[in-house]
Order: sequence, then structure tokens, then C-alpha cells
Amino acid sequence: MSILVNKNTRVICQGITGSAGAFHTAQCLEYGTQMVGGVTPSKGGQKSEHGLPIFNTCHEAVAATHADATMIFVPAPFAADAAMEAADAGIKLIVLITEGIPTLDMVKARKFLDDRGVRLIGPNCPGIITPGECKIGIMPGYIHKARTPGAPAVGIISRSGTLTYEAVWQCTSRGIAQTTCVGIGGDPVKGLNFIELLELFEHDPATDAMIMIGEIGGTDEENAARYIKEKVRKPVVAFIAGQTAPPGKRMGHAGAIISGGTGDAKSKIAALREAGLAVADSPATIGDTLVTRLKR
Amino acid sequence: MRIHEYQARGLLAEVGVPVPASQVVTTVQEAIEAFHLIDTTVVIKAQVFAGGRGKAGFVKLCSTEAEVKAAAQFMLTNRMISPQTGPEGIPVGKLLIAASVDIESEYYLGMVVDRSRHVPVMMVSREGGVEIEEVAARNPQAIVKEWLHPHLGLMPYQVGKLVDVLGFTQKQQISDARKAISGLATVFLKEDATLAEINPLVRTKDGRILALDAKMTFDDNALFRHKRLQDMHDPTEENPAELRAKQHELSYIALDGNIGCLVNGAGLAMATMDIIKLHGGQPANFLDVGGGVTTERAIEAFKIILSDPQVRGILVNIFGGIAKCDVIAGALIAAAQEIGFRVPVVVRLEGTNVDKARQMLKEANIQQLVSAGDLTDAAKKVCAAV
Repeated sequence: MSILVNKNTRVICQGITGSAGAFHTAQCLEYGTQMVGGVTPSKGGQKSEHGLPIFNTCHEAVAATHADATMIFVPAPFAADAAMEAADAGIKLIVLITEGIPTLDMVKARKFLDDRGVRLIGPNCPGIITPGECKIGIMPGYIHKARTPGAPAVGIISRSGTLTYEAVWQCTSRGIAQTTCVGIGGDPVKGLNFIELLELFEHDPATDAMIMIGEIGGTDEENAARYIKEKVRKPVVAFIAGQTAPPGKRMGHAGAIISGGTGDAKSKIAALREAGLAVADSPATIGDTLVTRLKR
Repeated sequence: MRIHEYQARGLLAEVGVPVPASQVVTTVQEAIEAFHLIDTTVVIKAQVFAGGRGKAGFVKLCSTEAEVKAAAQFMLTNRMISPQTGPEGIPVGKLLIAASVDIESEYYLGMVVDRSRHVPVMMVSREGGVEIEEVAARNPQAIVKEWLHPHLGLMPYQVGKLVDVLGFTQKQQISDARKAISGLATVFLKEDATLAEINPLVRTKDGRILALDAKMTFDDNALFRHKRLQDMHDPTEENPAELRAKQHELSYIALDGNIGCLVNGAGLAMATMDIIKLHGGQPANFLDVGGGVTTERAIEAFKIILSDPQVRGILVNIFGGIAKCDVIAGALIAAAQEIGFRVPVVVRLEGTNVDKARQMLKEANIQQLVSAGDLTDAAKKVCAAV
């Protein structure tokens, strides 16, 4: 079991002929993802370097391939439009990798997607992976560990990319598998957030525990803490990046900024601890914190 | 990107928000001319981003030519020092000369994107003229919010509700307050702002409604479609190293410590700073080399880190996803050969092509380069080295 994606997920890539799109489509194929086609306007009818059919529009791609998920590498100025096109074409899961999308574009796209019951992961994210079954995104596949019956497995939710790999690697090296890992992205306006994913993991019988990796900016972690206290019974381990970040400075991610007296790491950590979570002090001890928590 | 007060006033005036008559000047002579043109009493305000202008003596009320001359002379020749500028202060190049008004009452208007609801929100308060964070902490009920429809924007009925909150009853005042609220929303949406504030909006003793001060920041990711905002950018307000990093598509923020950081990914870069602190060190910077890192960009990253004279050691922490470890290793070797490392560089690599990268570094046999096993090991080694 897993959440959102599995071996049956049929995936197209929007922006398949760009360098990042082509490279990561190849990586996803190699991992075993069912990549079924790609979209690049004006290149419809051709085959990609991977031998996949290319379509001019998402509508054509969905009609021909019955894809149910998309991975978007379209450049930032056009990326929100690409997501809305996918939603309109009937795609139910959109993984938006693109970084640098204007926030107000995402405000509009988010509403458009919500109205159509479409799930969005990202933007500005590494994507989603169910180890051993389906990888939609840019994470290195080999660091993950697929679940085996009887062994513990964790679900991971993270606002960061490389910091997620760090957590995954720590789990894998300690023999803990992952059911699904979701990078929700570093932008202020995004799709699925901690709460929705915690709910999915809580109800996934294969997931024994969750790791959430937050960072400064906004109040998503505080909101998640309240939700966990009320609704989550499985153990949750957390790490919050940016304890040393100065206020008023945007730390790389568009959404990682302490402003107006909210969004600092200290208050997030306090809220999570208050909700009963084990919060790792160091990014190097996320795996160990989970191991300790699982033994309890 | 932030803009100056006079530029924000300009954007508001353009969409019909009432603002006091004003002019921007760069010399004492221009200041005097502006004074004679504008009013019998003017307020002179230094145009800098840093707060604390009033206490530092960089906001002055003047009603004679001699006062204007003295104030302008002082502001244009002295560096402004406030808690926000640091002890060395900042130079002032531009002054705003504005008609002074007698304030009856002050109000707050502000707009941001509400991250939890993923839509912009307009906030108003009858407690204007102070930092809105103070009001939020002391008396949250005093701030009234209206959330915008993501596709339709701020609707007229919402403007009406907010004007009611501010308590205006006189016809002209209602009309001007409406202009201020809807004008702020127009600028926010049209120009891709991330923050837009009129603070204070005032009612004058003679009954006029005016936007007295304005603050705006814009979405860097949307600047590509706003040529005019790009032209408003004031590079003198930025840290030179941060500006240089931006030109090379590096995300860099200077900090006070002595351990430089070169990391891929913003989250990991923050976590790297945190782990340095946890092991007793002080990070000198935040630096995310990004996903599509090239050798040239990595060399530039090292140069920027090493341009900080305080740096006594560097921690390179790479977890390869898009960024491949061998590219970083190649860049490390190239940088070592091109600029030479004057400080120890502790390297911790993991991820795509890591074995190849480790092999490359081993074969290059670079002095000053220390290899680390895991993140804790790396943090301990770099903290011990400085």
C-alpha cells in the first residue's frame, strides 16, 4: 500500500522535450514508472528520445494514453497554465516541479484545480515517489527503500527537496522503508499540504509512522500540529529547518521567510512538541529520532 | 523586491489613491525649490528601506527655507544610523519633500497573500500609524480582514464593508477611503505584490483622507513581466555579495558567523546552518547553489563565500538529486586550482554519482580539503577547523 501513486499510475510529462523534462522522464522510466507520453506544443505526432508519443495538448495526451497523472517541467511563466490545462483534460494528480512561478498565478491555478477536484503537489518541489513502484519527480530513486511485509515503513512529507533525500537516506540506512514520500514544495501557495497528507498516511494501513519536514515561513506546521493532536494516532517525527535564519530574509524558497512576527522555527518546534511529536534537533538525527519513537 | 516610499506613492496616485503633494529631490537646491512649490510647511523624509528614520533625524518638519536647507543638507551628507542599519549606517541619496498635513486620526490598510487560504487578503484597522504586528499581538480584533476571490479580486461590497469598519460617514471621505482600499488592491494584483501597505491612511483636521506613507514589496518570480518595476530596483539598497550572487543565479544571504556554507537546496542549506550552530559554530552565510548547478556557478559560489573576510572554514554539503555530485566535485577541483582555498573546506557528498565524485576528489589530492562521512561528522570537522 501507499498513497496517491503506485505501479498502476499512468504518467505524462509536460515539457518532455526540454532538457530537464527529457532527463527526468528517462530517470522515471528507468525507475519503473509507467510513463505513457509527453506534451510539447507544436511537437505533437513526434516521438520523444525515450520513444514515447508526444502530443500538442494535454487533452490529446489523455485521450490517447489514459494518463491519470502528470509531471510538469514547463518554464515558470507558463507553468500555472500548464497545470490548469492538465486539470481541464481530466488529469487527477498534478506534480508541478517548476520553480519560480509567480505567487498570484498559483492563487488562480489553485482555485481552478480545486473546483475540478484535482490534487496538486508542488510547485517548486521534488515530486512524489512510492518506492519500488512509481517515481514522479526529480529525487534520486536509489536512496529509497521499498516496503517488505512485516518490516516498518514510514510516510514522508517535506517542504524541502534535498533535505527530504537526507531524511529518506537516514531511514533507508537504518532499514526503515518508505510507503510514499511527498515533497510538497517551498512556495507560499501550493497544493497538498501537511494536513491532507497526514490524513492519507493515517488511513494507509502500510504506513506505520510519518516524518514531516518543515521550515520557516507561514503557519503550516502549527496548523499540522493542531491536526495531529486531534486526529493522528500514528507516531509523527518532525524536523524544522531554519533555526538560525534571520527574520525578514527569504531563505531560498519563496515561502521561507519569517515576517510579521510569524513563521520562526522556534514557535513551530514548540507547537509540534506540544502536540506530542518527537522533533529532531539536528538534520542528521531524523532517522534515529524515528527509530527511537518506533520502539516506544 | 522592495521599492521606496516615493515609488509606492507614485503607484498609488496613478490608480486614484489620494496622496499629499510631493516631490523627490537629490540636492539641497532642488529641496528648496520643491518646498516653495508645494506648501508652507513640508515634511522631508530620507528615502531608504531601513526603518527608524524619525528617531535618527531623517524625517523632519520644516516651515522655512533655512530649515529645509539645513535638513536636506544634513540628510544628504550624513549616513543614517538606526537599529536597522547597523553601526556603519547607510548613505541617503534621495529625499521626499511632501506637503505636511494636520492629522486627526490614523488608519491602517494592508494586503498580503494568506498562505493558509491561498488567496490575497485585505486588512484594515482603525489603529493606524503603528506596526501592524504590534496591533495583531495586542488587540487582534482591531484588524478586520476581507479575503479576495482568486479570480474576481476585491469586490465592491467588500470595499464597502471595510470602509464601514474604518467608520467614515461623510460622503467625500467614504468616496476617498473606497479609492484608497480598491486602489491598493489594484496595485497589489496588477503589479504582483507580496506586501502592500498604506500606513497610515489619515483623516486630516480639515476632513481630507490621504495616504501618508506606503510600503510595498513585489514577487521576484513575477518581475519578468513588470519592466517598470525592474527599472525601479535600487541596487544600492542591497548587500553587494547578495547582488553578485543573484546575477549568477545563486541564492546567497550573508550572516555574521565564520563558517561558510555551500549547499544544494534551500531546506538543506538552512539545515546545514542549523547543524553548524548545534555543534558550536556560527554560519557565515546561507547559500543554495540550486539544482542545475554548473562548474562556473560553483566556482562563483566559492568566490563569493571567500570574499567574506570573516570566513575561516567552509562546509560543502551536497545531496545530489538534480545536482550531480561529480559536477560539484569537478567544480571543487576547478575552484581549488583557479582561486586556491585559503581556509579548510570540509566536503560531505551523498546522492547521484557520489562514488565517481569521491574518486575524483581523492585523485585530485587537494590540500585544505577534508572529506567527511556523514552530516554530523562534517559539522564537527568544520567547527573544529575554525
